[in-house]
Amino acid sequence: MSGPRRDPDMVRPYVRTQGRIRARDDVRLESVVIAATGPTDTLPPDARRVMRLFAGADGGLAVADIAAALELPPSTVRILVSSLMDSGHLTSPVPAAEDQPDFDLLQEVLRGLRSMV
Amino acid sequence: MDSAPWSDRSDPSVTYVPATVTRSAKIVVAGGFGVGKTTLIGSVSEVRPLRMEEPITQASAGVDDLRRAPYKTTTTVAMDFGRIHMAGGRIALYLFGLPGQSRFQPLWEDLAEGALGCLVLADTRDLDASHDALGLLDGARIPYAVAINTFPGAPGYPEEELREALALDPGTPLTVCDARDRTSSLHALITLTEYLSEHRSAALMESRR
Repeated sequence: MSGPRRDPDMVRPYVRTQGRIRARDDVRLESVVIAATGPTDTLPPDARRVMRLFAGADGGLAVADIAAALELPPSTVRILVSSLMDSGHLTSPVPAAEDQPDFDLLQEVLRGLRSMV
Repeated sequence: MDSAPWSDRSDPSVTYVPATVTRSAKIVVAGGFGVGKTTLIGSVSEVRPLRMEEPITQASAGVDDLRRAPYKTTTTVAMDFGRIHMAGGRIALYLFGLPGQSRFQPLWEDLAEGALGCLVLADTRDLDASHDALGLLDGARIPYAVAINTFPGAPGYPEEELREALALDPGTPLTVCDARDRTSSLHALITLTEYLSEHRSAALMESRR
């Protein structure tokens, strides 16, 4: 039962994220998520704060937007969002499988930037 | 959106990503303290730039025996970011300012992952401040371009000298911008993205051989 003592610095984020310590690979700073369904009243406090941001919203938020709005570290928000995606409370705007290849994305970004000048 | 809609600061509410957005991308803006990262992001962003803060714990400088002396300090790293919508509102491009000091390497691994590329801002009055950022990018294999932010009164140097001082590869773009100016900042981002696009097509060709 007793293992090596945990680094005290680890406790806070560990508690905040209800035991989850790693974010999903597809949940990055810029990953946009939208609200799906599911009861939120049983969620832990920080997860509920995340979900409250989406109440009545007709758009999404990236992990970074959530971190800024709630004044939480982005590393913590990545993990919170990962959990909320696993539980179905949040979802990404398109299924990952429909993602276009990176090269096409680059071309679109280049076209977009050129059109702004 | 030709003017900055976020300039009305009376509305503190969250700016949602439009429901039309199906894809997001990230470009990192790196460089030393005070080099103009936040200024550049603010000049091109379509939403009011935001700040997030990440506490990082590191061993105190000068402590080499961690078994006996686990002194640690916690620093908070502030990162500003902005957003541009494009491709008829389908794509949200996020721009993140990341501190370039090499002691932030663990943070970089976490935050820069998946970036299209990085624009390194440099100041000719302190080119050494860019070395850490360039080292981090080389280590993380993130492609980058360098833009000299032209501060009033900063010395100008011939491109050759700047390339040598920054130890840039011949293929790495080196450009000049005024981070306060939207068009100038956009041109620096275009220079980076053109390079990324060539870089990627070369890699694609290579993988097909």
